[in-house]
Amino acid sequence: MRIRLDVNGRRTEAAVEPRTLLSDFLRHDLGLTGTHVGCEHGVCGACTVQVDGEPVRSCLMFAVQADGRDVRTVEALADDGALHPLQRAFNEHHALQCGFCTPGFLMSLEPFVRDRPDASDEEIREALAGNLCRCTGYEGIVEAVRQAAREPR
Amino acid sequence: MKPAPFHYEAPRTVAAALALLGADAKILAGGQSLVPIMNFRLARPATLVDVNRVDELAYLRKRDGVLHIGAMARHATLERSEMVARGWPLLRQAVRHVAHHQIRTRGTVGGSCAHGDPTAELPVALAALDARFHLRSRAGERSLGAAEFFVSHLTTALRDDELLVEIEVPPLPAAARTAFAEHARTHGDWAIAGAAVVVAPGHAAIALLGAAPTPLRASEAEAVLAAGGDAAEAARLAGALADGEWRTALTTALVRRALAEAGA
Repeated sequence: MRIRLDVNGRRTEAAVEPRTLLSDFLRHDLGLTGTHVGCEHGVCGACTVQVDGEPVRSCLMFAVQADGRDVRTVEALADDGALHPLQRAFNEHHALQCGFCTPGFLMSLEPFVRDRPDASDEEIREALAGNLCRCTGYEGIVEAVRQAAREPR
Repeated sequence: MKPAPFHYEAPRTVAAALALLGADAKILAGGQSLVPIMNFRLARPATLVDVNRVDELAYLRKRDGVLHIGAMARHATLERSEMVARGWPLLRQAVRHVAHHQIRTRGTVGGSCAHGDPTAELPVALAALDARFHLRSRAGERSLGAAEFFVSHLTTALRDDELLVEIEVPPLPAAARTAFAEHARTHGDWAIAGAAVVVAPGHAAIALLGAAPTPLRASEAEAVLAAGGDAAEAARLAGALADGEWRTALTTALVRRALAEAGA
């Protein structure tokens, strides 16, 4: 099936099989390998991208369902090489080690740090509960999100 | 893993969707339960009827005090609705326990009900609220209460040719207070047990999660409470409906907690 969608602000057209997951379409067809694939059943959060501004699991959506939608992946965060404030905060607070889960965290939390400058630590923990990290123990991630949320834009 | 091949249809209207339904077709709503089981190849539908573009099913409406939830209203839409929070706070209390934010942005109220998982939160809350489920097929329409709609584990009264189109929720009794409590091993994980309660003068509704293959109303406990009886006794009666010692203890504690939160 032919689909037409915006990916990271770029108009994209492609032919896809209906069973192609959005995660595989982004990685294999478009070469956007920043979106990682972990569990493929919606638990780990590594594949999280934004569709029409909302964080979603790209492994639980078919690419055909993204026809006509606006998809953002982690590749859209940095501005001409300058890290997004959330990426910079992850770097500064050692909020990643191996980095496999990081794109999912970033795409889940980017709207949150934009909209919730006053979020409590409990709210931050709840916001990142849908993403699993096996390296950091999460403390650095909570600190990074707190810093990015508080940062004036 | 990846899903097996299937034939894909994406109708734009309810009528077009109904024309596609049948024994080898599966309806794709938010996909947060169906796509994982397709990825595992536990489900291999020949035809997938994707109703995500049926805009006429994506609504939340209040008419004459009654809440009408279109089957394709997303969990996140329900969660953010101030109209729902004011009139039916139990729905916001319950939906916040549904998985995680990134699931609720896709998951739908209708999909969650049609899936029929006895540990899902919204079916339990809707059972406590005396919701009606509206089903439509090419042959006509019928409306069922929760006790008839939910049949067993992952089984509802929906026939192969039927689509759940709307869930209708009556207004709460005057001065009602509501609460939802559940226990899951980690935040956002499937709940093991839980309770949704509505308490008002002369009225009590207690629906249990995980105590049976469907949401279960604890009618004996409700009668005790509605007659002005003791909340601890009501919780004991409700908990006794769950099988096994630990599940009874857990359910009793959760009902007790929910009732306390609702001021009973």
